[in-house]
Amino acid sequence: MNKSIHLTIDGKPVEAKHGQTIMQAADAAGIYIPRLCSHPDLRPIGSCRVCTVIVDGRPQAACVKPAMDGMVIENDTPELLQHRRNIIDMMFVEGNHFCMFCEKSGNCELQAMAYRFGITAPQYPFQFPEKAVDASHPDIMLDHNRCIMCARCVRASQELDGKNVFQAIGRGFHRKIGVDGEKALADTDMAVGDRSADVCPVGCIIKKRIGFRTAIGRRLYDRQPIGSDIEANATP
Amino acid sequence: MSVGTKKITIEPVTRVEGHGKVTILLDAQGQVSQARLHIVEFRGFERFIQGRPYWEVPVLVQRLCGICPVSHHLAAAKAMDGIVGVDRLTPTAEKIRRLMHYGQVFQSHALHFFHLVSPDLLFGFDADPALRNVIGVANRFPELAVQGVMMRKFGQEIIKATAGKKIHGTGAVPGGVNKNLSVAERDPFLKDIDQMLVWCRAALQIAKTYTLEHLAELADFGSFASNHVALVRPDGAMDLYHGNLRAIDSEGNKIFDQVDYQGYFNYIAEEVKPWSYMKFPFISKLGPETGWYRVGPLARVNACDFIDTPEAEAARQEFKALTHGKPNNITMAYHWARMIELLHAGEKIRELLNDPDLQGTDLVTRGERRGESVGLIEAPRGTLFHHYKVDKNDQVTMANLIVSTTHNNTPMNLAVTGVAKKYLSGAVITEGLLNRVEVAIRAYDPCLSCATHALGRMPLSVELKDCTGQIIDKKVAG
Ligand code: SF4
Ligand code: SF4
Ligand code: FES
Repeated sequence: MNKSIHLTIDGKPVEAKHGQTIMQAADAAGIYIPRLCSHPDLRPIGSCRVCTVIVDGRPQAACVKPAMDGMVIENDTPELLQHRRNIIDMMFVEGNHFCMFCEKSGNCELQAMAYRFGITAPQYPFQFPEKAVDASHPDIMLDHNRCIMCARCVRASQELDGKNVFQAIGRGFHRKIGVDGEKALADTDMAVGDRSADVCPVGCIIKKRIGFRTAIGRRLYDRQPIGSDIEANATP
Repeated sequence: MSVGTKKITIEPVTRVEGHGKVTILLDAQGQVSQARLHIVEFRGFERFIQGRPYWEVPVLVQRLCGICPVSHHLAAAKAMDGIVGVDRLTPTAEKIRRLMHYGQVFQSHALHFFHLVSPDLLFGFDADPALRNVIGVANRFPELAVQGVMMRKFGQEIIKATAGKKIHGTGAVPGGVNKNLSVAERDPFLKDIDQMLVWCRAALQIAKTYTLEHLAELADFGSFASNHVALVRPDGAMDLYHGNLRAIDSEGNKIFDQVDYQGYFNYIAEEVKPWSYMKFPFISKLGPETGWYRVGPLARVNACDFIDTPEAEAARQEFKALTHGKPNNITMAYHWARMIELLHAGEKIRELLNDPDLQGTDLVTRGERRGESVGLIEAPRGTLFHHYKVDKNDQVTMANLIVSTTHNNTPMNLAVTGVAKKYLSGAVITEGLLNRVEVAIRAYDPCLSCATHALGRMPLSVELKDCTGQIIDKKVAG
């Protein structure tokens, strides 16, 4: 059982440990597999499908699929790039994303992904859905216009904070993140120090009164494209 | 049937920023009764802001206008300073914001003068439109065209260094700024500022000489006596970034002075007219008939007691000497006043670049949270008002903006009316009339909409309509 696992990603040999997902093995090898719902401190749920790779000819979510010996994996292909672009595009048009005045700009994983994939304008029509802002909490604001339903907050509240502040509610187009059902955030036990306040990849869960404090040029993805921290681990 | 009025429509006005439409109304005798400038305004935006968190507003409002986003950024930030209970910024924060603002004024005035106005001044109003444009200037006076481009770039780079981006930056945050100016960022500006000042002086010379040489014609060109409103410092100096409100009449008598703009609504009201989306502001105690006023460079140079930079002050004194110390009410004197301000902005930029406070690290202050606040700034085109209410959840519940072009609404209509009365004969629009209408509007440097603007490349269509709305004459020029 302790025999290590050997697989290839885009032809490059990669060694993985038992229990690792494909994504974890790739990270360790300095290969970036794009992702949005996955977070290193949270149980993976395989919901956004941005991390889709082709394993022995079949699409799989790299964040949940365990690494196995002999796997032949494709990650960086034109088809997968197109697939990922389509998902990112859908996320933009299904919400109301005005990056030019969003305080998450420059620190946003969705925006950074769009830049990495060279998306300048979505190919799908904007849907401009009606979304609410919940500013009831004294220190935290929820701007549902920017939620991508990654459920990181749901998991972080349960797994890391031992609370149950967030849940996914509703179906299909009306699916959204609820707080203790249909309550307002102020009516929950959410606190600004909770981990669930930190994990949102986009500008939906916002800590109040600190927006725009970091100058343009000094924000996370101003300095490096998303994924470059992982790629820095690559061995030649 | 009743006596109808004929309508002449000039659309769009070329070489003003954005685009607008002019209708000249004729009475039954075929004489000009009134001219109306139609402007697309952005009232919808004030609703859009509602519900947004207050710290987002200084960035969000820049979407209002692609022409002077920095002015909206700073006016909103000044209002939000009040919301977070700050009446006095740290020296670094105030000076960084001032530098950003002077950079904006500098680039805006330079663009307007070199690209939009200089063709009229250098070639005359009646020159062939094919020549009378920025390309014509570039061919005949290549060094001027280059200066215009370089000065604009200089101002834009200052904006970028202080706001983070040339358009839609984030530099000003409630209670301060998010960055200072490093020595490395400063030095390229220090290297170039003296050259910029040389060009400012030359541009001022062109505007001044032009005005003096054409005084007889200009005195009667869309000119009229008016009130003037501007911010001034407590000591009466011109201050483009901050001050109290002063209103003077056409003779220079003070209507009000040193008014804290937090209570502007006690002094200025707005009138709605059925034919325009734009409101018509007026000084409350004078009423809408006589209370309208001008803002912008002419009003500022008229209203202040002095300018606190030596070269611009000397220029102001020459300007005032022409009217024996009284306000100058000549519409076309806007250009001269604008170039005095260009020089002033240049001098201010030099002063600030040499100030070590720009490298300070104390950037943001906080005070006791308030529910309502007003921010005013002297934008390139005139006084800009931002007024907000913010609830306990930090969400904006009310926004009222009065932009420079709105203040100048009545004056621009009057200027066009005056020109039309003088130059329209019969029911046909001549090239000469067309040009003069444009020139008069352009003096106010209006931002007519947030539409993208192609400098001097807009086709000009002219329609002449009778009272039934039927087009009886149509002309496309430019
Ligand atoms: S959340 Fe991200 S993608 Fe959405 S508007 Fe903000 S910066 Fe843009
Ligand atoms: S609020 Fe943020 S973390 Fe939660 S589901 Fe939406 S995007 Fe994900
Ligand atoms: S990151 Fe794997 S499905 Fe979202």
